[in-house]
Amino acid sequence: MRIGYYPGCSLEGSSKEYNDSLFAVAEKCGVTLEVIKDWSCCGASAAHNLNHDLALALPARTLALAEKQGLEDIVVPCAACYSRIAGTKNEISNNIAVKAKIEGYIDLKLTADVKILTVFEFLQKYIFPTVDQHIVNKLNQKAACYYGCLYTRPKEIAAVEQIENPMEMDEVMAKAGATPIDWAFKTECCGAGLSVSRTDIVAKLSGKIIEDAADRGAESIVVACPMCHMNLDMRRPEIKKQLKKDINIPVLFITQALGLSMGIPADKLGLNKHYVPTDKVVNCIVKMEA
Amino acid sequence: MARIGVFICHCGENISATVDVAKVAEKAGKLSGVAFSVDYKYMCSDPGQTLIIEAIKEHKLTGIVVAACSPRMHEGTFRKAAEKAGINPYFCEMANIREHVSWVHPKSDATTQKALDIVRTMVAKVKKNAALFPIKVPVTKTALVIGGGIAGIQAALDIANAGHQVIMVEKKPSIGGHMSQLSETFPTLDCSQCIMTPRMVEVAQHPNITLHTYAEVESVSGFVGNFDVKIKMKAKSVDYKKCTGCGACWQKCPSKKIPDEFNEGMGFRTAIYSPFPQAVPNKPVIDRPNCTYFTKGGKCGLCKKVCPADAINYDAVDEFIDVKVGAIITATGFDLKHADFFPEYGYGKFKDVIDGMQFERLASASGPTAGEIRRPSDGKVPEKIVFVACAGSRDKAKGIEYCSKICCMYTAKHAMLYKHKNHEGKAYVFYMDIRAAGKDYDEFVRRAIEEDEVQYIRGRVSRIYEKNGKLIVKGVDTLMNGEPVDIEADMVVLATAVVANIEAESLAQKLHISYNKHKFFAEAHPKLKPVETNTAGIMLAGACQSAKDIPESVSQASASASKAIGLFSSNELTREPIVAVVNRQAPPNFTSCTGCLLCQEVCPYHAIETEDIKDRGGNLIKRAARVNAGLCQGCGTCVAMCRNKSIDLQGFSNDQMLSEVMALLNA
Repeated sequence: MRIGYYPGCSLEGSSKEYNDSLFAVAEKCGVTLEVIKDWSCCGASAAHNLNHDLALALPARTLALAEKQGLEDIVVPCAACYSRIAGTKNEISNNIAVKAKIEGYIDLKLTADVKILTVFEFLQKYIFPTVDQHIVNKLNQKAACYYGCLYTRPKEIAAVEQIENPMEMDEVMAKAGATPIDWAFKTECCGAGLSVSRTDIVAKLSGKIIEDAADRGAESIVVACPMCHMNLDMRRPEIKKQLKKDINIPVLFITQALGLSMGIPADKLGLNKHYVPTDKVVNCIVKMEA
Repeated sequence: MARIGVFICHCGENISATVDVAKVAEKAGKLSGVAFSVDYKYMCSDPGQTLIIEAIKEHKLTGIVVAACSPRMHEGTFRKAAEKAGINPYFCEMANIREHVSWVHPKSDATTQKALDIVRTMVAKVKKNAALFPIKVPVTKTALVIGGGIAGIQAALDIANAGHQVIMVEKKPSIGGHMSQLSETFPTLDCSQCIMTPRMVEVAQHPNITLHTYAEVESVSGFVGNFDVKIKMKAKSVDYKKCTGCGACWQKCPSKKIPDEFNEGMGFRTAIYSPFPQAVPNKPVIDRPNCTYFTKGGKCGLCKKVCPADAINYDAVDEFIDVKVGAIITATGFDLKHADFFPEYGYGKFKDVIDGMQFERLASASGPTAGEIRRPSDGKVPEKIVFVACAGSRDKAKGIEYCSKICCMYTAKHAMLYKHKNHEGKAYVFYMDIRAAGKDYDEFVRRAIEEDEVQYIRGRVSRIYEKNGKLIVKGVDTLMNGEPVDIEADMVVLATAVVANIEAESLAQKLHISYNKHKFFAEAHPKLKPVETNTAGIMLAGACQSAKDIPESVSQASASASKAIGLFSSNELTREPIVAVVNRQAPPNFTSCTGCLLCQEVCPYHAIETEDIKDRGGNLIKRAARVNAGLCQGCGTCVAMCRNKSIDLQGFSNDQMLSEVMALLNA
């Protein structure tokens, strides 16, 4: 099976550590990811607010290119990209007229048969079969898995089984030797794209998430979405002002957390690229006995 | 030689405004075999019928075609007219030129041509018609009522009071159903048990009602007027002939920690138990999987030792009885959607998040708290309760698109009961819409809001979680610009969706009645046959058909009882002879049927039996199919399946159908 990879803009820029840690984990398990050649923007936020056809055409082009390249599964680590691409696939597969129209725009044919995988689906499917032999550390900490909105809705493309109580990342964290906690803000809104225009709202919403995780004793928050990561990590000074207290729980990408359990060095996983220091997480780790 | 009369109806202007009726009558008159043809303004009117009768007599017609509306509308009318004129009524056919022509096409020559085409096919058909005679089947004047809740009780009492025998089967140890669990009832707030228990007693004491509790319907065969039902009598382990219901056994039973179903898991019962003090019959059964005697190989036996009537029988086994009934009323009720359906609401995770039925038990004088509203976790009286309406209902994402109908009313009632008992308490209701369309219903909800100061918040709850010993209910107020609302509550009551009884599907399959995708039983027609099923002789009562409150359940129960009583009003049933028949031939063939019985496989009504054809010495010559005319609904599936045309449908024979098609093709 040839596995495609769609980085999107975030994984090449603000969330480079997500990209690096994903490749590090894949490499450790001998899994190769092929970047979709000449991929284009998924259209997140801008396109689908302005023009529905454009919002479908952009991901459709990427899907068509992936098919041309002979890829059967494609991993889309960014939640916004996942939502756009999976949403497009869903709409095109269920409406012949829309499919024909979009094929006309992009001047490419597509079957929309490729499977779109989130990172945690990718881990379950390709990494889990061999991961046990690579796990050398126990993360040994209470982790709050935060899913946000884009993986859990709309129902038609939800990447999780129980949309109101997703457990997929919790399973990955248990594998990494952490204790996933039961908490109330798994799927609450982080403020998303208001990060720039209304930082005050982001501080309020993300603040509640961080506060509940802290109240329930979480030592780390684990995410799979670059936007969530940015709001929970980069906006911490604003959150601190909002909460009137300093909560310094680090926020990790799920691939970074799994990478740590596999003994991959922290700098290779990009742990030094966060605003909230991650030493606490690293300090919890215990070596597993052979 | 056929002499057919054709009667073209104008239906006022319904047909004549679009179809050139005079032209159709004229052309029809020239068709082969047509001896008379005429058009008239209202064929179904008295003069119209007289016209038909006179024409039949005058022109010595052998068959008639009435080109008018759908046969569903007036076939019976015109067949009666034909009969009055002295011909067999099944020599009357209808050509539907209203629903199939004038109502669906504009005025044009093509429309008139289509009307004529249809008339032509029916003329071709009627020439092949045969005289048919109604089928008579005997009726067993006993009704089976399945389910002993309020709907079943009402239906049983109505039928019994009309002088007919009733057999009631209830799977639990007592009749009473959900209504016996309720505290007060809306919109009058009268005590549920006070109005319910007298009716339960009436059932038990009625000379025409035979009550089987702790029993289930095992299998059903037969047909309207003549059902054969096997009833499984589960082993009660108590001899009811000896038992006096004194209660010595359950007072001494050492297994005291079994979650009490009647109290919805809030409280405990013993292994030998009667579900509640007003139970009917008020005699216990042994819950074997929870009884020490049965689980620990004969250890214990205390109930037997203390029973003064020597009624305990550990060796009792399940027994089966066969009964014959003429009508069946299903009144199997509903369930509430249960745990793990609401991970976001913490139902099943937080002890103080309960469902509506649990609240009923808390508010009930016979409940685990003797009617004081105390929360399950620590027994404290909650200062703030949040009620969540539509917990699962009207929620496509949860797979339940329908409205559970009773929740708006009972939620208002719950909030009211709480406020009446705790004047200082605060009650909030999250709702989508308030659906209170019943007599005195909206007034009741307004009373909750205006007099009892229940705070209604229009919006959904996204999540409920525990924090510092409080339940945080996160919702939204859509009337306040979508403002998020967080309420710190001491207890939350979810109005969970009403769903079909968990055993509804298997019962429907035993009864051969249809059900919808949510497993609610299907009525024969949503408006005009709301209590009958598609299987003749089986009626529906109460929430087994759809979510219903008490007044509606009782109304439907009485309606289904009236259907049963109507069925029992004569000694024989008359049925339309539109049934399949297996052909008969002279010996040595007897029939062309080879007994492959493919027809039996496809028959949706289980109407195909086998018949052994024997010679005079009793030796088997061949085995052939035979149609049970009582069960056959005339669908014709068997005809399509039969490989050598041995089976045919009376009134719609292959020959008749083919003549119709040929008439169309040979235009």
